[in-house]
Amino acid sequence: MGGLIGEVEAPGEPPLPVGVPAEELRGSSPWRLAWMRLRRDRMALAFGVLFVLIVLVCLAAPLWADHVAHTGPNQNHITDKVIRDGQETYVVAPDGTPLGPGLHGQFLLGADQNGRDVMVRLLYGGRTSIFIGVIAALVTTVFAVLVGLVCGYYRGWIDAVLSRALEVVWAFPVLLLGIALGTTLSLGGLKIGSLVVAGDSLWIPILIIGFVYVPYMARPIRGEILALREKEFVEAAVAQGKGPIRIMVSELLPNVASTIIVFFTLNIANNMLLESSLSFLGAGVRPPNASWGTMIADGYQTIYTAPHLTIVPGLMIVLTVLALNVFGDGLRDALDPRAKIRLEH
Amino acid sequence: MARFIVRRTLGMIAVLFAISVIVFLIFNVIPNSDPAARIAGKNANPALIARVTTDLGLDQPLPVQYLTMMKQIFTGELTSYASSQNVVEQIWKGLPATFSLCVGAAVLWMTLAVVFGYLSAVHAGKFTDRALTVLSLVGISMPVFWLAAILLYYLSFKAQLFPTSSYVPLTKDPANWAYHLILPWITLAVLFVGFYSRVLRSNMLDVMNEDYVRTARAKGLGERQIRIKHVLRNSMIPVITLFGLDFGAVVGGGAILTETVFNLNGVGLYAGQAIGSLDLPPLIGVTMFGAFFIVLFNTIVDVLYAFLDPRIRLGTAAPA
Repeated sequence: MGGLIGEVEAPGEPPLPVGVPAEELRGSSPWRLAWMRLRRDRMALAFGVLFVLIVLVCLAAPLWADHVAHTGPNQNHITDKVIRDGQETYVVAPDGTPLGPGLHGQFLLGADQNGRDVMVRLLYGGRTSIFIGVIAALVTTVFAVLVGLVCGYYRGWIDAVLSRALEVVWAFPVLLLGIALGTTLSLGGLKIGSLVVAGDSLWIPILIIGFVYVPYMARPIRGEILALREKEFVEAAVAQGKGPIRIMVSELLPNVASTIIVFFTLNIANNMLLESSLSFLGAGVRPPNASWGTMIADGYQTIYTAPHLTIVPGLMIVLTVLALNVFGDGLRDALDPRAKIRLEH
Repeated sequence: MARFIVRRTLGMIAVLFAISVIVFLIFNVIPNSDPAARIAGKNANPALIARVTTDLGLDQPLPVQYLTMMKQIFTGELTSYASSQNVVEQIWKGLPATFSLCVGAAVLWMTLAVVFGYLSAVHAGKFTDRALTVLSLVGISMPVFWLAAILLYYLSFKAQLFPTSSYVPLTKDPANWAYHLILPWITLAVLFVGFYSRVLRSNMLDVMNEDYVRTARAKGLGERQIRIKHVLRNSMIPVITLFGLDFGAVVGGGAILTETVFNLNGVGLYAGQAIGSLDLPPLIGVTMFGAFFIVLFNTIVDVLYAFLDPRIRLGTAAPA
């Protein structure tokens, strides 16, 4: 299992969108052209909308919990009874089998072994999983852009040192590195200077996932910057007396923006898969926090008697990750039809 | 060629050294608590912690600690304090199951990826292509362990088509060995089939526009022959590079999830159980084993490549 592998061809003029009148194209900015191409990709747009919907639904978790289910994500109802088909039924039967899904406000998707409402947990778990995916992608992006810019701009020994460091992390399998860091850090927490992170904090999986994917994004950005640095506009900026930082931020960065956007989107998808794997193995999100990965880990213990506990959160992961992958694919085609960025797990 | 091999081997040793330092840092230095207490495991008592401290030299300066840890790994002395089992021995025991799983899955994923990628490229834009694209996207969007659990539930438990668990050694009963591994092979292969078929498809579409393909067509070769001998063959090069990297990664840790769900007692299950019981020495061992295998495999692929393509060993071109 690797991660993101990027391979970007030399930047050139992307083909214009077909079927749009020439007058409309004249004078359009690259972003406008990209938006026109994306608008024509119905499938990508539909999945993009799906992702936004999933995020909104998960954000609305407290509404569902308070007004429909009347219970919290960590509230146990082991000894409670509910009315099902006119009969009083235990939420968790005496033999340990939890309530299955049914068309009721409370326990819409059934209960888990502890009598907790699966629908409520699913919504709250989604918040955790998506939050980790997005924030970890931000962490990756910030570090990768920084390293890519510095390596590509300064070259020389800085580039040599940082590139070797990236290669070593690259040689490490993502899952193993995540497990090693996840297990040790959850035991003792993390302390860097005055920054202290507790072992069961969500920041542990966020930082780990953000960190392991840095090389996969930094390497292609570095490659692009190396090529761009030779262009005349950089020379012109130097001649105008611009300093290195201004050149990096205002000249080079905008030129790799489309790569960054595409990587960011696909990276969220990858992060969510890695989070679920780490949580499933017990090296990711710690209880009492629910995430889709920990829900599967819990549910898998009773898959033969209560399969819905495994199936439902898994379907949500597939749906969300699929939405991001399809949308990211369309985004890439729209922003830079010639780029070859691909994701690898 | 000999010089190239020597150079790559030296590079490999340098990377392995760097990795071993990272492993050491992860387990002994970074976390904010007493490493001896963590390594001792759940049932740590003061006497055990003191033993761990002397065994691993944790009261010594960091370089000495590093050397002690490496010595323990290479002499096979590394022991789990929680289970009193020798780590290196346990890893050796797990190798047959892990290799059975990975080799079988690799054969499956390469075959299916070539078939799907080829069909997709040949029918580009048509229904077959679209259907296969959707399938491969679903494949790469699925958590491996979830797919494993779902297959186990529906095919083994409900339909009773396959056995529910564990590994049967190949030497003991080849038919049962394969029968028990079919579901794990499929599980592990799905993700890679999704990727590779997409990579192969886009490569084939690129190659189809090459001049030499037009030449072949002008010579009057049949379309089938052109597709297989000229297009497919040349499109396979990047796929084979990927295969080299991914196979190493799968043996070196990627199979943890599949082995854990299917209860195959390989190296991955050993690691999975160690995470469950927060037992660090097995994780130190497995991490080093995994990294070692990946680096070794990458070096072998590089050398094979240089053998096939002289431009690489002469340093005039980057590997495809």
